[in-house]
Amino acid sequence: MQIFAFYLFASIVIASGAFCIFARNPVHSVLWLILAFFNAAGLMLLVGAEFIAALLVIVYVGAVAVLFLFVVMMLDIDFAELRAGFMKNLPLGLLLALVLLAEIIFGVGAWTAGGMGEANAVVGPPAGGPSNIEALGALLYTKYIFLFEAAGMILLVAMVGAIVLTNRKRGGVRIQNIRDQVTRRPEDATRNEQPEVGKGVEL
Amino acid sequence: MTEYLQSTFLGPDIGWFVATLALILLIALPLMLAVAMIIYVDRKIIAAVALRRGPNVVGPFGLLQSFADGLKVFLQETIIPSGANKGLFLLAPIITFTVALLAWAVIPFSEEMVLANINIGVLYILAISSLGVYGVVISGWASNSKYPFFSAMRAAAQMISYEVSIGFILISVVLFAGTFNLNEIIKAQEGHIFGFVNAYGVNPLLFPMAVMFLISSMAETARAPFDLTEAESELVAGYQTEYSSMSFALFWLGEYANILLMCALNVILFWGGWLPPVDWEPLYAVPGIIWLFLKMFMIFFIFSWAWATVPRYRYDQLMRLGWKVFLPISIFWVFLVSGYVMIDKFGWPL
Repeated sequence: MQIFAFYLFASIVIASGAFCIFARNPVHSVLWLILAFFNAAGLMLLVGAEFIAALLVIVYVGAVAVLFLFVVMMLDIDFAELRAGFMKNLPLGLLLALVLLAEIIFGVGAWTAGGMGEANAVVGPPAGGPSNIEALGALLYTKYIFLFEAAGMILLVAMVGAIVLTNRKRGGVRIQNIRDQVTRRPEDATRNEQPEVGKGVEL
Repeated sequence: MTEYLQSTFLGPDIGWFVATLALILLIALPLMLAVAMIIYVDRKIIAAVALRRGPNVVGPFGLLQSFADGLKVFLQETIIPSGANKGLFLLAPIITFTVALLAWAVIPFSEEMVLANINIGVLYILAISSLGVYGVVISGWASNSKYPFFSAMRAAAQMISYEVSIGFILISVVLFAGTFNLNEIIKAQEGHIFGFVNAYGVNPLLFPMAVMFLISSMAETARAPFDLTEAESELVAGYQTEYSSMSFALFWLGEYANILLMCALNVILFWGGWLPPVDWEPLYAVPGIIWLFLKMFMIFFIFSWAWATVPRYRYDQLMRLGWKVFLPISIFWVFLVSGYVMIDKFGWPL
């Protein structure tokens, strides 16, 4: 059963990864990417990392990919231009592909050669032990607390940086003041008058 | 049931498979019935607020109105616009409908009646509800039409915005209960206030969270007053504009299934789930599922009430409420709750 699920998820990940690259329409590409993320989460579940699987779906599928889709849907993309750039970047792409291929070959070679001890064993949480979340939390907030906080600081700085870069003051823009609007009472804006006949009201 | 089927001729693997399939149907089919009835209830409540009769022709008291509508939609022709992206156009309502059903797997209907009693129930709900936006976005894009596209843009921004504050609200409840398991969260609420009231929502520390979660769940399901994605005065019918027949009905069913899910979540997180409202022995004689449905119905009534009485938000007001009001308050509340829980568990630090 597990083997069947593994091959199902793995083959869908690989196939959708390939479709993500070969799809002509960028929106289709993003959707294939989402399918790949989703099935990767399934693979995580199979090794018993349910917390990581949930995070993968929440963060990548639920937030990152939505933003990708958002941007790609609004872009006006010239497909001919995209394909023209393909030949220009081909050498660099081939180089990168070679490096990645070499890394995979080395990795697989080292793994089959053995000698990595426990790394060869299938890793999974012991049954009946503390749940994923508890185990992760116990490690993150004790042993790796400084690394964890450093990662948090980096993200915070990146966020502040992005806001500072895109925030610009523009003149001549009418901005509504919510507090003024909310605190405004009917008496401030209207008055009740009973003019005499033929007199009219001064505005 | 699972054990019984596994012990028959089917064997452990196939037995488990058949049992799970049966349980899924046992949840999904009554859910569809509940959706049909809740649409009727919704229309009746709105009619009552507007001093109308509401559906009253089909069946006794108009009870069969939803089924008549369903039959009508079923018999209509599915029209696919020639400029639409055919595959994605048909995929979008399926995604919406499937995702709306998926989350029910972890909802505990009573102490034993839960399909998947998993330890990361809250995270699972978050993950699945974050998928809901794809149905809307894909339908908007695949329709290849202006109004659905605008609607999809709005929906994407709206759902992401409110998911953030919903996440923080969930965290504060999880901190209080000390678990991600929905069933355990309900059990933690037993006798929460003075050992008598079974609800987190009455706790003064969590009551603001309960109110914010209710409002956020209205925004998350794009329900009035936050139904900017289907604002008919601006966007025709929003992302559903180009849809007809069953593809439209799937959106419709999915939407209401999502609303019911959000009602269930409100009840589970803040109002004691399948526990009776107060910790009084005779009340436990009533099955938990009845309490759950009664409470869900109360929450749904608030949803309908808000739809009937509150005017639609403007888009910038919606965004402001999400990012500038709910987000800071909910972050602050996470600090507050975690501080309280720490002191409660480990004593005053000084």
